[in-house]
Amino acid sequence: MIDERIAQLVVESSAVPSTGTVDVRCSGAWTLQGIATLEQRLKGLAWPGEGDLLFDSSAVSALDTAGAWLLHRTVRALEQRGRNVRINALRPEFSTLLQLIASRSLMPEHALAAKTGMLTKIGQRAWRGLIGLSGMLSFVGESAYVLAHSLAQPQRIRWRPILYNLQAAGFEALPIVGLLSFLMGFVIAYQGADQLHRFGADIFIADLVGLSMLRELSPLLTAIIVAGRSGSAYAAQIGTMKVTEEIDALRTIGIGQAEMLVLPKMLALIIALPLLTIWADVAGVFGGMLMARSKLDVAFNVFIERLGEAVSLSSYLTGIGKAPVFAAIIAMVGCYQGFQVSGSADSVGRKTTVSVVQSIFLVIVADALFSVVFNWLDL
Amino acid sequence: MSAALTPAQDGAAVIDIRELNTRFGSNVVHDNISLTVHPGEIFALVGGSGCGKSTLLRAIIMLLQPLSGSIRVFDREVIGLNDEQALPLRRRWGVMFERGALFSSLTVTENVAMVLREHTALSASLIDELAALKIALTGLPADAGPKYPSELSGGMRKRAALARAMALDAELLFLDEPTAGLDPLSASGIDELVRSLRDALGLTIMMVTHDLDLLWRAADRVAVMGEGHILGVGTMTELSRSEHPIIREYFHGPRGRAALEQAWKRK
Repeated sequence: MIDERIAQLVVESSAVPSTGTVDVRCSGAWTLQGIATLEQRLKGLAWPGEGDLLFDSSAVSALDTAGAWLLHRTVRALEQRGRNVRINALRPEFSTLLQLIASRSLMPEHALAAKTGMLTKIGQRAWRGLIGLSGMLSFVGESAYVLAHSLAQPQRIRWRPILYNLQAAGFEALPIVGLLSFLMGFVIAYQGADQLHRFGADIFIADLVGLSMLRELSPLLTAIIVAGRSGSAYAAQIGTMKVTEEIDALRTIGIGQAEMLVLPKMLALIIALPLLTIWADVAGVFGGMLMARSKLDVAFNVFIERLGEAVSLSSYLTGIGKAPVFAAIIAMVGCYQGFQVSGSADSVGRKTTVSVVQSIFLVIVADALFSVVFNWLDL
Repeated sequence: MSAALTPAQDGAAVIDIRELNTRFGSNVVHDNISLTVHPGEIFALVGGSGCGKSTLLRAIIMLLQPLSGSIRVFDREVIGLNDEQALPLRRRWGVMFERGALFSSLTVTENVAMVLREHTALSASLIDELAALKIALTGLPADAGPKYPSELSGGMRKRAALARAMALDAELLFLDEPTAGLDPLSASGIDELVRSLRDALGLTIMMVTHDLDLLWRAADRVAVMGEGHILGVGTMTELSRSEHPIIREYFHGPRGRAALEQAWKRK
């Protein structure tokens, strides 16, 4: 019994009859859903060695482009081997379709992409890395130029976007920055308390918490949070604008992209990050204070008195002084990666990830450089 | 699953819309709309911008839930179907979106092949060939296949989107503005393509369009929408004789007249 829902192809006899023509019977539904098994079978099918082939297609009940292509492909492969092939008794509407397929399928194989070799890939990657580096440099240069330009003409600075960015990157980050540095101060005091108590140096908990938070941890922690919150947002925003051609539109209107998109973000972040760092200092020290009182019985007023002696003004300022540099790094990397987006939604996601990883990396490298320099200057 | 597999009985509608109401808040988009699309016909929805054509299309393809009424496609009620129940229906139709909606992280060939990979058991090489064939059918050059959508022009993106819509050999095609943004040459290429697809594959095509030339050349029947209602349904010739003021304005405005004269000249 013949299943009508799938395509069938039967070669009538393997021996060439005296007429010199081998009959091939096609039947069933030659459609996308019907040809799957036939396709597998055709691969291993042994065609009779010689003679003309006559495809009797009167029993083909349905044909769509996929089935027509399979038929066309089979016939063409046979013809390329020098065989004479005729298709018989195909319904008129089906043969119109077959002709359409044959006329459009001149060389569809060319549409397949060429494979690239390993060595080529390595070369391409290295080259892209180099291009990226020089692109980053020229972007920093352009932004610095625009910054200098608008500082010389302060009336041209766009205050509204700066204020908006201040709110988004600064004010709205207060809760998360406060909570995390509070916990950080709390944990440092907790870890230090036992060690200090063993030496009877309970009061030095203020030195430990104060110096580590103010000099090192709150600027770093704040920068990392802001890189994750705002740097990624910058990259995604600019990247999406690039995909939707808004950047090109800005250009044609005659608004500089750096002036409109980069500068407000950078200025806002340079203002916001030191302020956030101060806020993180306060929250961190408060966390340490709480822990010192509950674990070592160091009263708040004693702690604060000691803190004033332990942390010099220069220590405090070196901590805050790093923040604007971190801010510039985060804004630069975020915006630069945003401009690197090309075309696709996928690319927006990739560049956003890169922006966060790169800015955190660069912030930590910059922090290490600061330590070396401060050590040199004996600060 | 092909058009030829389920020969259309005369009179059985492919799409049958009854008393459809759609509302966004207090904004009435469709007010008791009824519409029938017959098998093998090229049906066009026209009307001014914002009159609810695309919304109607979205309701039919289950991207939007209307307030009340009934939409039957292939004799099956589509309103209230869940994704699992909708799948067999979705495999029987293809949709071409107004702005292409190609997956931007895949090449054109991959965009088309993805649909085939998802829904058939064919070998990878045959799928690639079929994808290339579909791309060729829409009139794209073969070297467009390995390109990403962002590297294509607007017209080429439209064609690639059409190739993806046709990937599963659907028996019903929805085309949202198939010629918008195309140059006249490509647009008339689309006219021919739409008709030859219908003739060769027996497809039913429902399209939303503003293109009067396309309407004259390809559409069998046209429904004019306005003010939340269907203002008139019929062939272009019938509609061009209509007395309804909005329809008259639509077909006898300066562009409408030019297209009408063109159509007469061709005859």
